[in-house]
Amino acid sequence: MSITTVPNQSDMVDLISSHLDLEGPLLPILHALQHAYGYIPAAANALIADALNITKAEVHGVISFYHDFRENPAGKHVIKICRAEACQSVGGTALAQDTLKKLGLDWHQTSANGAITIEPVYCLGLCACAPAVMVDDQLLGRVDGAKMDAVLKELGA
Amino acid sequence: MKIYVPLDSAAVSLGADAVADAIVAEAAARKIDVQVIRNGSRGMVWLEPLVEIETDQGRVGFSNVDASQAGALLDGKLSSLGNVEDIPFFARQTRLTFARCGVIDPLDLDDYQAHGGLTGLRRAAAMTQDDIVAEVTASGLRGRGGAGFPTGIKWKTVSDAQADQKYIVCNADEGDSGTFADRMIMEGDPFSLIEGIAIAGLGVGATKGYVYLRSEYPVAIRVMRAAVDAARQGGVLGADVLGSGRAFDMEIRVGAGAYVCGEETALLNSLEGKRGTVRAKPPLPALEGFLGRPTVVNNVISLASVPVIFEKGADHYASFGVGRSRGTVTLQIAGNVKQGGLFETGFGLPLGELVNDIAGGTASGRPVKAVQVGGPLGAYMPVSKFDTPLGYEEFDQNGGLIGHAGLVVFDDSADMLQMARFAMEFCAVESCGKCTPCRIGAVRGVETIDRIAQGDADAIPLLTDLCDTMKDGSLCALGGFTPFPVMSALTHFPDDFPAFKEAAE
Repeated sequence: MSITTVPNQSDMVDLISSHLDLEGPLLPILHALQHAYGYIPAAANALIADALNITKAEVHGVISFYHDFRENPAGKHVIKICRAEACQSVGGTALAQDTLKKLGLDWHQTSANGAITIEPVYCLGLCACAPAVMVDDQLLGRVDGAKMDAVLKELGA
Repeated sequence: MKIYVPLDSAAVSLGADAVADAIVAEAAARKIDVQVIRNGSRGMVWLEPLVEIETDQGRVGFSNVDASQAGALLDGKLSSLGNVEDIPFFARQTRLTFARCGVIDPLDLDDYQAHGGLTGLRRAAAMTQDDIVAEVTASGLRGRGGAGFPTGIKWKTVSDAQADQKYIVCNADEGDSGTFADRMIMEGDPFSLIEGIAIAGLGVGATKGYVYLRSEYPVAIRVMRAAVDAARQGGVLGADVLGSGRAFDMEIRVGAGAYVCGEETALLNSLEGKRGTVRAKPPLPALEGFLGRPTVVNNVISLASVPVIFEKGADHYASFGVGRSRGTVTLQIAGNVKQGGLFETGFGLPLGELVNDIAGGTASGRPVKAVQVGGPLGAYMPVSKFDTPLGYEEFDQNGGLIGHAGLVVFDDSADMLQMARFAMEFCAVESCGKCTPCRIGAVRGVETIDRIAQGDADAIPLLTDLCDTMKDGSLCALGGFTPFPVMSALTHFPDDFPAFKEAAE
């Protein structure tokens, strides 16, 4: 995860402006902000609303609709464990439950040392080599307990 | 020496990047001249990372290669599978849409053309709009995203519409569990999708295309973006498509983790920068789609099948299949199976042959209990329905749907009440919230199934009634089809529903 430069108003305005020639620029803008800061800073809301001539409520409505967008920084690393059917058919549910238990976390929570945020994901398209996990941008297939332990150790859980 | 190491997500998730790096390093250490090509996947996922070495006898495969084996591979000390195209799983397929996937370098436009690429687009560029649409109609191609709507009819509606701007939108929001064909073709043969979208543009008079690609597919996003750049540089996209004098260009857009955006009207809202809520139809997207303009919304596999239809002719494509399901189906075999992966074949193969014979039964070695066909909104098919041939109407008659043609196999350890509960839970998490049967019904569905689990027999007719309401009253397939997995689990696996058993006793 790209963590995190302190949001600076003129940087955000530049970043927003660079997308204004697109048709339907809002999602690309939100992705760009999250890529730059690791989350969508609250201060960006009014800037986006102003640039796109929509209300702040509409901007908030879009941000809060999509699972990907965060309004607060995540942990240093994000682990996404697939909860969907194909992963369930080969032990994905137990893998997820064991991992949550080891970390003492529930879905969407971040470990106390800030190292790991854990999230569910519904399908990574790795259904023929399940259970599947995504650690930041890295894909992992056929994940078992031992592989997960190695990941957690490496990330400093 | 040419060595192929897949860049496909499945291979990468099993260590292919490290294997490729190790091969380069070991080759350098041995002073051997090696060219490592990152190809797509052949679709035999249980063999990944499947490394291939080009020889006089064809491409010889090595399965489940680990980075530590790179030296042995180069020294000829690894045992091979022989020619990969002779592996029975691969040899018995009919590869039309996936003909190049795994074979070529996905980002090499010359390699693409050397394998028949752009032949279709060149032919289409010399045809009138009406002739292009007629060719697609004659092929019998139906929407591969799940709905099975005839592609030619959709294109004709957009072609006949009058507007200053029309669009092609490719639905690459492949969120169904058990499906990965869209991902594989985008990673393994992106130009075929770009070519298909360009043909659609010429066919309906659209000059701009979008691919709405889900954020969970980072590799596909990277490959598609690079391919669009290469296609633009190669004159396939731009103001003058292949010198035809006609303009077409396209952009890759990334979704943001909402399953419902795979529904076409929610997708259009999302593309416009709105919440991904479903729109009421009419108006059809074909008449009022992206930004209110006439828009073709087609799935990745539908569009990626278009080039071969124009390359080999509509009749050739339509000569495969069964009944009203023409051409090939790109099956995705997943879950608890020995041999999972992508299997392209003419429609008509019985479900059981696919599960027991081609997929080799369960990975766990336990008996098959159920197969969910068509993603999280598809029915759980019991073994008693294994003679159902894979075709749109054939599945419909047997209480199921083909959907995006993904199969998830479960062994006898699966608890079907839990699977039914999960279907409702998933619907509750992913509902866009616009219509009541889906938004409220899914939450009540979870509660009702929990009552059944606790032995409350009165909750069973309630669940059935709730499913009827969701089916009839929901605005889109999310709420409307969630009853498929729920009711099929209840109907075919009553032993897993304790209250059901008590009521019967």
